[in-house]
Amino acid sequence: MPSDLEELEARTLFILREAFAGIRPLAMLWSIGKDSTALLWMVRKAFYGRIPFPMVQLDTGMELPEVYAFRDWMARDWNLDLRIEMCPPEEEMDPTLPPGGRAAARKTAGLQALLLRERYKGIFVGIRRDEQSMRAKERVFSPRSEDGAWNFKDQPAEFWDQYKTEFPEGTHVRIHPLLHWTELDIWRYTRQEGIPIVPLYLSRGGMRYRSLGEKNITVPIPSTAATIDEIIVELENTRTPERAGRTMDHESEDAFERLRRSGYM
Amino acid sequence: MVSPDMPVPARHQLRIVVAGHVDHGKSTLIGRLLHDTGSLPEGKAEELRAISEKRGMPLEWSFVLDSFQAERDQAVTIDTTQIWFRTRTRDVVIIDAPGHREFLKNMISGAAAADAAVLVVDAVEGLRDQTRRHAYLLRLLGVRQVAVVINKMDAVGYSAARFGDLSRAVEQYLAGIGVTALAILPISARHGEGIMSFPAGLGWYDGPALLEVLERFHPARPAVDRPLRFPVQDVYRIDERRIVVGRVESGILRVGDRLVFSPAGRSARVAAIEVYGAPPPLEVRAGQVAGFTLDEPIFVERGDLASHEDGPPQLTDVVRVNLFWFGSRPLETGARYTVKLATHRAAVTVQSVERVIDTDTLESRQGGSVARNEVAEVVLRADTLLALDPHTDNPATGRVVLVDGYDIVGGGILSMGGYPDQRRLMAAPRSANLHQVDHLLSAETRARRQGHRGAVVWLTGLSGAGKSTIAMRLEQRLFALGYHAYVLDGDNVRRGLNSDLGFSPADRAENIRRVGAVAALFADAGTVAITAFISPYRADRVRARAAAAAVGCPFLEVHVKASLNACERRDPKGLYAKARAGTLPEFTGISSPYEAPEAPDLTLDTEGEDAAACVERAVAFVTARLGMSESETDSSPPFLRS
Repeated sequence: MPSDLEELEARTLFILREAFAGIRPLAMLWSIGKDSTALLWMVRKAFYGRIPFPMVQLDTGMELPEVYAFRDWMARDWNLDLRIEMCPPEEEMDPTLPPGGRAAARKTAGLQALLLRERYKGIFVGIRRDEQSMRAKERVFSPRSEDGAWNFKDQPAEFWDQYKTEFPEGTHVRIHPLLHWTELDIWRYTRQEGIPIVPLYLSRGGMRYRSLGEKNITVPIPSTAATIDEIIVELENTRTPERAGRTMDHESEDAFERLRRSGYM
Repeated sequence: MVSPDMPVPARHQLRIVVAGHVDHGKSTLIGRLLHDTGSLPEGKAEELRAISEKRGMPLEWSFVLDSFQAERDQAVTIDTTQIWFRTRTRDVVIIDAPGHREFLKNMISGAAAADAAVLVVDAVEGLRDQTRRHAYLLRLLGVRQVAVVINKMDAVGYSAARFGDLSRAVEQYLAGIGVTALAILPISARHGEGIMSFPAGLGWYDGPALLEVLERFHPARPAVDRPLRFPVQDVYRIDERRIVVGRVESGILRVGDRLVFSPAGRSARVAAIEVYGAPPPLEVRAGQVAGFTLDEPIFVERGDLASHEDGPPQLTDVVRVNLFWFGSRPLETGARYTVKLATHRAAVTVQSVERVIDTDTLESRQGGSVARNEVAEVVLRADTLLALDPHTDNPATGRVVLVDGYDIVGGGILSMGGYPDQRRLMAAPRSANLHQVDHLLSAETRARRQGHRGAVVWLTGLSGAGKSTIAMRLEQRLFALGYHAYVLDGDNVRRGLNSDLGFSPADRAENIRRVGAVAALFADAGTVAITAFISPYRADRVRARAAAAAVGCPFLEVHVKASLNACERRDPKGLYAKARAGTLPEFTGISSPYEAPEAPDLTLDTEGEDAAACVERAVAFVTARLGMSESETDSSPPFLRS
């Protein structure tokens, strides 16, 4: 019997290939974090070392310097077709939004501009169900209207590995090949496969980043986990949620719902 | 502190869906289960308390899952969700399924992924329509491990009698759909009773608590021991290699295996299994994704179904589907849809709605359409041959989803019930050393000598409809008019040519294939071959027509029509009586389908007209079509006159 990580990987490869068989043009959002980097690793497996669609980074200019350094190194080392999409400046965002909401709104607006210009029909996004209860309600193939809105009250039926792969003009689909993974799974897979990560995930001086976001709205957590092995042990014993250090999730009860409804990842 | 060197435990996820009627407490049960097992993240309970207070209600556990504002404000689960937790023995994914009838497609989207189910029943309300519908759907979805909790026991004063009544009602319903519950237990989810243990009030119950029951469920195992099925997902051109990619749904695929790709039937050997960044394995098993190259450059495309040569899937253009429907428009007889069967897509027509099932009473009614949220048994006819397995043989290749426009509007499991595998009938001649030999006489030369050309007059209809009677009289009348005519009759042919065949769907199809081939030879020889066989399958008659067309002879399909009631009343051979008594299996009209012709060349209604009138109409029709009529016997046939 295959290991549980093999099963999780097999499902992701199956989804990637289903999307590639039915939807063009495609692009993948690469946030440079552990999840989308693991996804990128699996894209190479699914397509035998090729990456048959561009990687897009929605850049706010506010990532931590280590993130940019890792991005540039990976782009060279893996020979990525990397498209950096500069998001509109904060001044153009709704000033009544809290700071976290404004950063998310910038990414949402950046994605909208990209879709409008490049006419992508499918966008791979490395979100997981266990991250956040709104994401737990997602479909693997999740259609969006032209403005990116998520009609979560009427999501398509999705069962028996049959996905919605056809859409009227003006629709695009978010494809979520990691929905079934947990944070712990991703770390165990990263260790098993030897996937590179941004060093900020590892503890330095008693602190590490559990989740990477813009530097003004993301804080490191107290941790002594200086290796991936230690991260795995830490996660097996913690009850602190993964996104505790992401302020935008907590600005109001429905903060994340409003973000996602309007097109945030 | 745990050592980092400690081996990671086996973590095969067990997926459990919680189903049942709206408001019976599914989300509450899950919230409480997570809380009591210490699986809620830090701060979550406080957050829930705060948002419950905001709405002026006591702590609402269901808010763990009901994360949409609309769900919280209306206290109803809209969409399915998944949440992880760990028991002592394994990782569990809990799937919450909405219980409101409106959200059936969301319930199915959640439940179809489950290995096991917990069915929640309100102790006060008892079994309701969605309780039964969910139970029925779980069975259709293939979820066989089921536990039942009778919830809200506190609201019935922890009454053992009430629990006993409801247990019996649930057991009875489940037995009706062929499901046995692993356990039925009394709980109160809101108060956390019966989840980890039973309080004094439930002391009369001596079975296991819910958590223990959950640990008895086991994850579905990949179907390694079934025949190989590999639906082709795509073919990639990488350097000089053509790599066929997909997932092994069942069985084992090894390097060197000869694979046949259905429905086209091309075959080649697996040259190598291709993996990126790792040494190539010699085999891949059910559940694994794989890519491989072939030793011959045969044409393979997405949707093909690869198997070994022995143990291939069935080929058919007609199939029974036990389906659930959530399209906004009803499913109608005659309507066109797209089906997705593994990676294959095909256009289908609804040939018939056999029965619509009332999931409350398990009674069924006949009808031409299936409304939203109903379950039914329908027969679908595909435009092209489908490669599939009955669901009981292989679930992954034995189910379809139906697509209308852009949306999946239903799904169902397949059975062949009374329809034959058409693979054998499609087979090319077994010998490769065949050479067509041409006659020195042309069809025209023969026709000039005989005064008419050869033809096949194909009578089809239920047993007792009058086929043999009409055939024999037609032969006699045509002979009198100067035609060379000969009847191939069912019972007569089965004594000789087809004495090796029985009455299974496959044998019946082979019977008709041979008769079709012989009738075409008779026609080619210049005779009017009249056949009198039930020939229930449309596909077989299409093949017989093709055999006649191959030798350039007309094929006249005559529907000898009488209702099942009339045929059963006549029952000239006493066969219906035997079929009804169960001593004659696979009897057309009773236990095996009859597919009436859609557009017969002639219909003879033997209930509306007597035999003599039918024969006269048949004579007039055949003579008009073949060119020699009673008044024209002396002149040459019209087709030579043109």
